[in-house]
Amino acid sequence: MKFHNAIVIGGGLAGLRAAVALNQMNVNVGVISKVHPLRSHSIEAQGGINASLGNHVRGGHDDYKKHAFDTIKGSDYLADQKAATRLTQNAVECIIEMEHWGCPFSRTEDGKIAQRPFGGAGFPRTCYASDKTGHVLLHTLYEQVAKFEYHSEREQIKIYNEWFVTSVVIIDGVCQGVIAMNIATGELEEFRADAVIFATGGAGRIYGKTTNALINSGYGMAIPFHAGIPLKDMEFIQFHPTTLYGTNILMTEGCRGEGGFLENNKGERFLAFYDDSKKAMEVAPRDIVSRNITKEILAGRGFEDSYVHLDLRHLGERRIMERLPEIRNLSINFAGVDPVHELIPIQPGQHYTMGGIDTNINAETRALGLYAAGECACVSVHGANRLGGNSLLETTVYGKIAGESAGEYILSGGPAKRDENIMKDSLKKDEDKINELLQSSGSEKIADIKKELNDVMDSNVGIFREGKSLADALDKVRELKHRFKNLKVTNKERNLNQELINKMELQGNLDVAEVIVMGALAREESRGSQARTDFPKRNDESWLKHTLAYCTPDGFKLEYSEVDVSIYEPKERKY
Amino acid sequence: MDTRTYKIFRYDSSKNEKPKFRSFEIPVEKGMTVLEGLIYIQDNIDGSLAFRSSCRAGVCGSCAMHINGKYRLACETQIYSLKSKTVTIRPMAHLKVIKDLFVDLEPFWEKYKLIKPFLQPGEPPPERERIQTADDRLRLEGLIDCILCGACQASCTVCETHPEYLGPAILLKVNRFVEDSRDNAADERLEEVSGFNGVFRCHTIFNCQEVCPKELDPTGSIANLKRKIIKKKFGPAKLYK
Ligand SMILES: Cc1cc2nc3c(=O)[nH]c(=O)nc-3n(C[C@H](O)[C@H](O)[C@H](O)COP(=O)(O)OP(=O)(O)OC[C@H]3O[C@@H](n4cnc5c(N)ncnc54)[C@H](O)[C@@H]3O)c2cc1C
Ligand code: FES
Repeated sequence: MKFHNAIVIGGGLAGLRAAVALNQMNVNVGVISKVHPLRSHSIEAQGGINASLGNHVRGGHDDYKKHAFDTIKGSDYLADQKAATRLTQNAVECIIEMEHWGCPFSRTEDGKIAQRPFGGAGFPRTCYASDKTGHVLLHTLYEQVAKFEYHSEREQIKIYNEWFVTSVVIIDGVCQGVIAMNIATGELEEFRADAVIFATGGAGRIYGKTTNALINSGYGMAIPFHAGIPLKDMEFIQFHPTTLYGTNILMTEGCRGEGGFLENNKGERFLAFYDDSKKAMEVAPRDIVSRNITKEILAGRGFEDSYVHLDLRHLGERRIMERLPEIRNLSINFAGVDPVHELIPIQPGQHYTMGGIDTNINAETRALGLYAAGECACVSVHGANRLGGNSLLETTVYGKIAGESAGEYILSGGPAKRDENIMKDSLKKDEDKINELLQSSGSEKIADIKKELNDVMDSNVGIFREGKSLADALDKVRELKHRFKNLKVTNKERNLNQELINKMELQGNLDVAEVIVMGALAREESRGSQARTDFPKRNDESWLKHTLAYCTPDGFKLEYSEVDVSIYEPKERKY
Repeated sequence: MDTRTYKIFRYDSSKNEKPKFRSFEIPVEKGMTVLEGLIYIQDNIDGSLAFRSSCRAGVCGSCAMHINGKYRLACETQIYSLKSKTVTIRPMAHLKVIKDLFVDLEPFWEKYKLIKPFLQPGEPPPERERIQTADDRLRLEGLIDCILCGACQASCTVCETHPEYLGPAILLKVNRFVEDSRDNAADERLEEVSGFNGVFRCHTIFNCQEVCPKELDPTGSIANLKRKIIKKKFGPAKLYK
């Protein structure tokens, strides 16, 4: 048994930011992460993080309200407006704080933090460090954690590297802690806590064509879901327009922000052919650009019916090396093309999970003492479509808010009721579950089920959706869940059994996938990232509402809740 | 279909057995990476194989291993680029093997923490960002890019004979702060690495520079630190008169 006043699950940006906030309140905190924090997916973020600093020559008139408006409009009015405003209002402070901690942002000529234009934004407000923004932010935060771990008089931040959380324990609406497995030994342990913060990242690996790290399984969302916490707006999945053909490694939006072109097989900048992108061209929002690339490919103007070209050549070698060096490396290493001289083959791919664990504006979930922040959470600030550069911002702003909310709860006494037996029971239950998984002697291969899940999500629950194919996808996911019971295992040992972890995660993936498809099928409208060909219009009258999915003993149920539109009236979204 | 033979180091520290190599025959195609081959084996042949991976894009530093004679990132290495029918893989050296290619990195992270790897500006921050000129920022290129994969430490022969030596990755990190115009603890940092297990342990063998998957130059960083320490001790170089 282990105890910390606060336990944070996840060592990405949201998790570490929450841990630092708790430490600043002198609360004892344990961070559990299935990989070393610096191997978290946040390290991959490339393009930048938004804040209305006004450092760019064209950014003088920017302010947090304009940033909030862009965010809400970008969300196709599904974002909760006070939540989005809180995000942008805290942005400047959070970026400045990162700089004070040592984050090596790129600089303007007068030595301030540099900013670049990004899609859907009225001003260039995306702060960056060449194309390694996630890398420098995560290193900076981890450096702060290391500082507190070793050199502080305050309570400790203890990191549990390579521990895998299997369940969260909630009794009578009060969170008691989590159960986690030490991956190296395979042993389960109780982690009792006054407060628990989920910061487990996105669920991209439910799809096959995704920019996400291999570890982004979505299991972190399944854990609270199984404990009765609803998942919100899961049908809203962002597809990034420019991912490398073949591996779907991201080519940052910064490529277009810096002036890159998208071209079809005739060498035309085809975004000019479409009403919704002809004005903003390459810096139109992601959902629009992804759809228009797909239309272009479907119209036979792509290459091998699969991709179009991203052209950076006119930027010149110097600018590419200065602003987009990692893009050049990735193109050379993974596609064998050098963007200084050649065209980059790109196609849209899954990129971001807008939905997630339902929280309010204070990062609180519906259970006392349970919080969520970052990509695994849905506040909601991104609504139906996230703007580039806003999710790194969300991890820092709402990571901090989650830490502070949890800290206040702990300092004011924490849970009224502690139940140690329930923790023991939960551990026993997980132990039984693992033994069952280890003993299963069926014939189905984990990799096959995963592949079939990825394929059906790519083909039926992608950029364009339609009632019949969504219904087919739902059948398929349920069939896979059934077949999951008949799994074959080759490794029956407990220590460092990655097959076992893959299996547990797959089970979570299947549940989260079912929620995504159910939500998409039920929502008979097109909004933001959801483009239903059978319901091509946004329908505010019936669908200006959040989807909430619950796990109940009789299966998954959908409910709906109101959207906060108290500041800006929903309008048609035009660029 | 084209195939390759993977020869992989196998060892389980929880068992009382000797390490051994095991061979797996796997189908390969153009574009496939060494990491994808490992995943193929774990998925389809032997679920007990253990290795680390996360980003699959050469940026998180999880998958450094010894592949056909050289430390590389498995996810960034195309199988065809090895130009060999067999792919021989060992775990990183100088670290305890927990299982197969999965080593205990704790000693590495302990060293990382030892050097106070965080900005020490020495004065309270201004209201807005600290000003850093573009030129000052440029000095950090190649220093902030390290992904801490550990390939350089594993390839370093001094790390092998002197386990306490901080090693190239860690010293590069020290240099990252020494070179940062916003940091004000250079003297203390230089003092700390001037000791027995610091920069002067380095024999300038250049292994680290040769294997770095990010093409960084830890040897250069170490040389820079040495130069600064010597300069501090003996003052600026005087012309011989
Ligand atoms: C390639 C790429 C580029 C991007 N670029 C940008 C950008 O330029 N700007 C922007 O704003 N956004 C960008 N994003 C999005 C952004 O990077 C992510 O949304 C953000 O980093 C998520 O951070 P997080 O802290 O919520 O989660 P993560 O960084 O994914 O961290 C999740 C953590 O949870 C842990 N974890 C998960 N499950 C468990 C479990 N069961 N037990 C224990 N630990 C667990 C993991 O170990 C990990 O430490 C990008 C995304 C991608 C895919
Ligand atoms: S998996 Fe991240 S560097 Fe290879």
